Amino acid sequence: MSLLDAQVVVRRPGHTLDVHLAADPGDVVAVIGPNGAGKSTLLRALAGVVPLDDGFVRCGRATWEGPGRTRLRAQEREVGMVFQQQLLFPHLDVLANVAFGPRSRGVPRREAEQRARGWLERFGVEDLARRRPAAISGGQAQRVTIARALATEPRLLLLDEPLASLDVGVAMALRVELAQHLREYDGVVVLVTHDALDAMTLANRVLVLDDGRAAQEGTPAEVARRPQTEHVARLVGLNVLRGTSTGTDVRLADGAALVSATPAEGQVNACFSPSAVTLTVQEPTGSARNRWPGTVTSVAPHGSAVRVHLDAVSGLIADVTPGSATQLGLAPGRRVWATVKATEITVYALTSTLR
Amino acid sequence: MTARGPALGRPPALLLVPAALAVAFLALPLVALLARTPWPDLPAQLTDPAILDALRLSLVTSLAAVVVVVAVGIPLAWLLARVDFPGRALLRALVIVPLVLPPVVAGVALLSGLGRSGLVGRLLDDAFGISLPFTTAGVVVAHSFVALPFFVLSVEGALRATSQEYDVVAATLGASRWTVFRRVTLPLAGPGVLAGLVLAWARALGEFGATITFAGNYPGTTRTMPNAIYTALQVDPDAAVVLSVILLLVSVAVIALLRERWFDQAVQGAERR
Repeated sequence: MSLLDAQVVVRRPGHTLDVHLAADPGDVVAVIGPNGAGKSTLLRALAGVVPLDDGFVRCGRATWEGPGRTRLRAQEREVGMVFQQQLLFPHLDVLANVAFGPRSRGVPRREAEQRARGWLERFGVEDLARRRPAAISGGQAQRVTIARALATEPRLLLLDEPLASLDVGVAMALRVELAQHLREYDGVVVLVTHDALDAMTLANRVLVLDDGRAAQEGTPAEVARRPQTEHVARLVGLNVLRGTSTGTDVRLADGAALVSATPAEGQVNACFSPSAVTLTVQEPTGSARNRWPGTVTSVAPHGSAVRVHLDAVSGLIADVTPGSATQLGLAPGRRVWATVKATEITVYALTSTLR
Repeated sequence: MTARGPALGRPPALLLVPAALAVAFLALPLVALLARTPWPDLPAQLTDPAILDALRLSLVTSLAAVVVVVAVGIPLAWLLARVDFPGRALLRALVIVPLVLPPVVAGVALLSGLGRSGLVGRLLDDAFGISLPFTTAGVVVAHSFVALPFFVLSVEGALRATSQEYDVVAATLGASRWTVFRRVTLPLAGPGVLAGLVLAWARALGEFGATITFAGNYPGTTRTMPNAIYTALQVDPDAAVVLSVILLLVSVAVIALLRERWFDQAVQGAERR
């Protein structure tokens, strides 16, 4: 039986969140999706801060919220929550912040502080115990925030973009540390993130939300290889075109056509990497059967390559060498042809919830 | 910030001149008061038992009013800032009423409510033999009535200015609503509470209209400093000036003391950063 089993339904004017989430002890579920997809609402509903309109939240044998009138308040659930803005209590020192949870749950002050010290040590910030939150760095503050959430020994740890507010270097270091701590943690972690790297390095499962529904669920590798939504394709840096397949011919949503090497029937995603796209100024005459005219919308360095965005089809990304970018005179507004070989394109069925 | 060469050009005369007029208007009466003060008489006046009585009464009643205001004002401010209930806007309007009510009207209203034959006053008198008008307790009631809105508005503003997300974090950490209030909400609103406290105290200390209407002007029991100044003005204007200066000095001294404490805290806060 899953440790966490939840059907979260929250209705708001204009959009509805309706998603099922089940996870076993030790699972780290990354929730990704565009802004407004319902990621934060999902976390808040699990925490008990936002009431469900329907569905249930069960943790172990306990029903936290659910059919009928059962509803535990946030303070009665065994959750720890970490917010993007950290929200350390500014009037309490670091030690008192971490001891706040145990103290609120009735642990005597001395013991609560002892536990808090233990958590600060595990996060390598014990020397900050007597400092105020205003006197520590962003990376340190996020370590303290996570320690504070874990100090109540929750069975469900909710992380809302824990690394988003940090500088790139600091986030990188903390990501490695966090991965270590999450491996040692035996509850369920739900991690909302905008960063593909977080999902790949911290999570063993990915839940993709799109407009309040689960668009895809799987291991990070699966989701990255075969993204179902454009948002995830962007996150992992792939081109994904949606269309209807008959044999190896795919009719795309906007009327354009595409040929792949893998036959399929019905609604599909056609996926290919930006480096599989060739750009030319003249209409190509070679064997490549997928060619579309378009206008360059942006050009930016990407690693050792140059990443070009085109308005061809429903928007394409192409990686070219700096040399050919110069030679083709690539700049916003430039008309080019994009070519993709059929063998470079993977076609797979569209998930049922997105049809 | 310097007047010389600001990026957006010189401040326009159309704003500078009225601003200067406002400063002159505010400063002139105070300067005149200080200029008219018979300073050599001051020590003698300060030991006058009647004046000492008035001064002591003023301090006791205004501080008692602050205690009352804090005890009921913080919960009311919290309710207005944190709990969504029907009629909240109406309640907030009600809180503001004493702020705009002429003090003498406040006094008459208090008499109608808590006077011997008043709505509640009669019940108090019948049941417990308590009569508030024309007593020192009545002075505290009048002070509290006029000072409460200042305090509630200040604290409510401070509560609204601090993110409710702190309350949410505290709840996920297992804190009950009362613990959240005590350990998170209230400390975070601390500066606003302090500011409201000073405002309320200053308002109570200077209270005249509602006090004299509801509590009268009896030496020793209800003759506070403002009442004493009013009384003196009718017989001995010089004495009124002296009393006024004393009240002014007391107010300034308290504000200065508080400011110094605030200033220290601000410096400590800056050092921590």
